Amino acid sequence: MTNAAGAGAPLATTQPGGTGAVNPRKGGRHRTANWAAVAFVAPLVIYLVVFYAYPLIQNFALSLHRYDRATFVSGGAPFVGLGIYREVIAQPRFWRVVSQTATFTLVSISVQYVIGLALAVFFQRNFRLSAILRALFLVPWLLPVIVSGTTWQWMMNPDNGALNTLVGWFGAEPIWWLSAHNSLRSVIIANIWLGIPFNLVILYSGLQNIPRSLYEAAAIDGAGAWRQFRSITLPLLRPVTLITLLLGLVYTLKVVDIIWIMTTGTGTSQTLATWSYGLAFGKGTSGVIQYSEASAIGSLLLMVAVVFGFIYIAIQRRGEE
Amino acid sequence: MASRGWWKTLTAVLLTAIMLFPVYWMVNVSLTNRGSIRKSQLLPFDFTLDHYRVVLRDQLPFLTTSLVVGIGTVILTLLIAAPAAYALAKLPVPGGRYLSFVLIVAQMIPAVVMAMGFYSIYNQIGILDTIPGLILADSTIAVPFAVMLFTAFIRGIPNELLGAAQVDGASSWRCFRSVVLPLSRNSSITVALFAFLWSWSDFLFASTLDRGGGAMRPITLGIYNYIGAQNQEWGPMMATAVVASIPTALLLILAQKYVSAGISAGAIKD
Repeated sequence: MTNAAGAGAPLATTQPGGTGAVNPRKGGRHRTANWAAVAFVAPLVIYLVVFYAYPLIQNFALSLHRYDRATFVSGGAPFVGLGIYREVIAQPRFWRVVSQTATFTLVSISVQYVIGLALAVFFQRNFRLSAILRALFLVPWLLPVIVSGTTWQWMMNPDNGALNTLVGWFGAEPIWWLSAHNSLRSVIIANIWLGIPFNLVILYSGLQNIPRSLYEAAAIDGAGAWRQFRSITLPLLRPVTLITLLLGLVYTLKVVDIIWIMTTGTGTSQTLATWSYGLAFGKGTSGVIQYSEASAIGSLLLMVAVVFGFIYIAIQRRGEE
Repeated sequence: MASRGWWKTLTAVLLTAIMLFPVYWMVNVSLTNRGSIRKSQLLPFDFTLDHYRVVLRDQLPFLTTSLVVGIGTVILTLLIAAPAAYALAKLPVPGGRYLSFVLIVAQMIPAVVMAMGFYSIYNQIGILDTIPGLILADSTIAVPFAVMLFTAFIRGIPNELLGAAQVDGASSWRCFRSVVLPLSRNSSITVALFAFLWSWSDFLFASTLDRGGGAMRPITLGIYNYIGAQNQEWGPMMATAVVASIPTALLLILAQKYVSAGISAGAIKD
């Protein structure tokens, strides 16, 4: 596959100079253009097959065979069909993890959206320093997650963390942020912080596309700021809102790093993604590594993500037409 | 009116300060002496640069690896994305619409699934814990985004510019090299910046495909090592985190216009 396309590429790039220029017939020209087009996209297509399709197929293959540490290296694991999937779903913790994943995702994206929208409306009118401050709001998005994750972990330290100092100012008892019981809440807080910039950016550009004249007309009719927000901003922003929430959903479902760095997925903060990651790559657990289970959970996650991905694409296509 | 503007600016400064507090706290801890870190003071009263000396002593190999991996990812991404985008935007690619669709879906695949697949393949062909292996995996984060960004830009190049080149007898290759590429300078910078930043920030592929890489591990794992340590050293850890944030800072200070270009071109990535 790689060889055939590789040999085709140089041929195609030398051809247009020859046939296209010497023979100006329309048909010939079109065909050379086509060849050139194929040559230009060939590296991408090969790349997608080798670095996307192949790992995905490999992942599925892992989930259909019963692998352990030895057979993972030597090969020859027995084929068990959907057996691994059945076992994973039958585990008592499966539905608990599914509901934690749902909580993590839904709470994260809805709070991110509300805060992002409030900030976008706030930044909508230009004021002194607004461009610079808006740029600074991107920082959480651009920082390596390992950096923000470790910083949040330290701020949530029960004895000396900044958050408990703050809580203490209000006279409340210190909170054991990263305990099994509270860990879901804590990783959601950190994840909301990470996602606000993304929502702010998209919603801000959505707001820029709403004609100013609508607000002016509404103001003349005596509509206040809240009324304008409810009857102009919200309805006209609906397509952007839908896209933002769907993309947020797909991206939040698959989050591993912020959770793993803060809690290694312990307690209530376990989601499908961290569960899968932990089974295959958990620290110091080479004796109990479960590649097949990890792949099966990953594949389930993939299917959910792709379903919402298709909904997203359908909505976006409809918007373009 | 003017006073109202100032009121808004003041609110915005306050909101930004709250939002960036974790970043400030990281810098604050990194500059505080070991004995005073647990006091949680608002300013580094017990000031020290010792933690940064530790970083320079221990983390340089990791930083170098991250730099190499980042540059490799940028080059690979540009080489694959730019020609493909030109074809998708201006040439009749058979099934081109289908390809764009695949690119959107590709961005939605959970990284943990990709990591499992890569891990198994790399294990078989023996490129686990190598820099080329990590570059290949990291490039998958950036390639779909890069193709879409380039395609959107190249589509906007007027056909007359390309047509003129073709009348001159230039083949599509020469048209690509002498017209499209020079015009795409800004898009290339945007793509390069994001590809570098994502590969520099990557934790998931690094922690799965390059766990046993020794000194050939990236800085994200350099920081991660501190988490597992028996006695967590918060000072050096936060100092390393500050150093690992330098590319982000540079990006915002030097290349802000490219960042916003990337975002407004539909650069949707979380």
